[in-house]
Amino acid sequence: MKKIAFCFLLSLLMFQPVVLHAQSQTEEAMVYIKGSRYLPLYGRDSTVVEVKDFKMDVYPVTNTQFEAFVKKYPEWQKSKAIKLFVDTSYLSNWKNDFELKDSEQPNSPVTYVSWFAAKAYCECQDKRLPTVDEWEYVAMADETTKDARIKPSYNEKILSWYEAPRSNENSIGLNPKNYWGVYDLHGLVWEWTLDFNSVLITGESRKDVDKDSDLFCGSAAINATDLMNYAAFMRYAIRGSLKAKYSMKNLGFRCVKDINEKTNENF
Amino acid sequence: MKTFKYLFLMLFALSLLQNCNSNKKANSDNDLVYQCPMDCENGKTYKESGTCPICKMDLQPLAQLSKSVLDDNEGITDASIFNLTSQWHTEEGESIQLKDLKGKTLVVVMIYTSCKAACPRLVADMRHIEADIPDGKLKDIQFVFVSIDPENDFPERLKAFAKENFMDEEHWTFLQGTKSGLREFANVLSVKYKEISPIDFSHSNIISVFDAQGELKFQQEGLGVDNTQTVATILDVTP
Repeated sequence: MKKIAFCFLLSLLMFQPVVLHAQSQTEEAMVYIKGSRYLPLYGRDSTVVEVKDFKMDVYPVTNTQFEAFVKKYPEWQKSKAIKLFVDTSYLSNWKNDFELKDSEQPNSPVTYVSWFAAKAYCECQDKRLPTVDEWEYVAMADETTKDARIKPSYNEKILSWYEAPRSNENSIGLNPKNYWGVYDLHGLVWEWTLDFNSVLITGESRKDVDKDSDLFCGSAAINATDLMNYAAFMRYAIRGSLKAKYSMKNLGFRCVKDINEKTNENF
Repeated sequence: MKTFKYLFLMLFALSLLQNCNSNKKANSDNDLVYQCPMDCENGKTYKESGTCPICKMDLQPLAQLSKSVLDDNEGITDASIFNLTSQWHTEEGESIQLKDLKGKTLVVVMIYTSCKAACPRLVADMRHIEADIPDGKLKDIQFVFVSIDPENDFPERLKAFAKENFMDEEHWTFLQGTKSGLREFANVLSVKYKEISPIDFSHSNIISVFDAQGELKFQQEGLGVDNTQTVATILDVTP
């Protein structure tokens, strides 16, 4: 009996630091987002959607973090990632499998990553990509308010960023944090979302105006709720034009985590 | 008592294991790839040695290229959908992975059985394509319907749908996946879909043709479009 107890204590001592360490690494940079119902630009039936409580990464994933990931999961290295999951520009700002080009900053958000790579990164940390609704929910906050979409200053700020060139080369965390304590949702890079392919606009006006469009079944149901929200419209248009294996210079990602572990499976 | 101890250790070991599925082992073979030493073309590589079209320097051999990533996936290239490891249920209730369909030409469409708008037309498009294939070739072709409503389209329902539409023969297959497996698969096909109410979805109308190794060969977009090219591609890739 004593022996068992001893073993137990020993193993606790041995493993605890490891377990604690691993936990703090994934937990520390996340903040709690209290869910609610809100009206997104493109919702279900153009009505409110419900966002459940979840945790979101405070910063987008950086080059350094992604480098650690490809070291651990070689199948996502620049030369090894398979064609099904990435296009030819995957990590094209890297010199080789492990090194950034000299012009790039380790603390900049990782870009030139496909949806598949972003999804794998999050899953390997027991997280997932945020849904469009979740991302937009957190992103409609400014520094002081949960829903700043009616403030003219909110839209102006975002639009002025959309005009600023090469913001992807900046470091993370330089923009002010928003109401939730999340940085860089605006002002740095666009971000992948889990269900980006649920945005059914083609970006081509001739195809979009026709509600009976043969391209999409049920396309009449998808109408924008607030056409004045031009910044959001641009985000949805980008999502609608993406394919999952694309990688782009100004497209990065961050991860979220469900509060209830079980629902992770559903996505 | 010993077993007790082992159990304990096992538990700890398990808790430390990554839950990420990393069973993909790079299978390095000896194919060399070449790249410009100045990297003029943003990481572009070549199968053969030569000179860079931009700076005219000699191409240099690069790290070895890995072709197939899964141990048991012989002959599957890295553009093949058989690299996906998601689990699916067929209308017969069998549990399969996509690579179990390897060896036949695949004609794939995404629908859901309660759909009243475009899906019947998509089903009709599939039937027209099938009708244009000579009977002798049908044994080498699989027509696959993937449900975008996995929460309602259970195998029984898919089977009933197959019977209703007289698509119960061997060469028709209906698949129910998981939510994440489905989203991944849709993204491989570049199919967009969105749940607009618990029983209704919007989705792109795309029919995709894969060869026997699972590589995408052709996509037909839209409803009731001319399917000559689709049929031609199918006949072309089917031996």
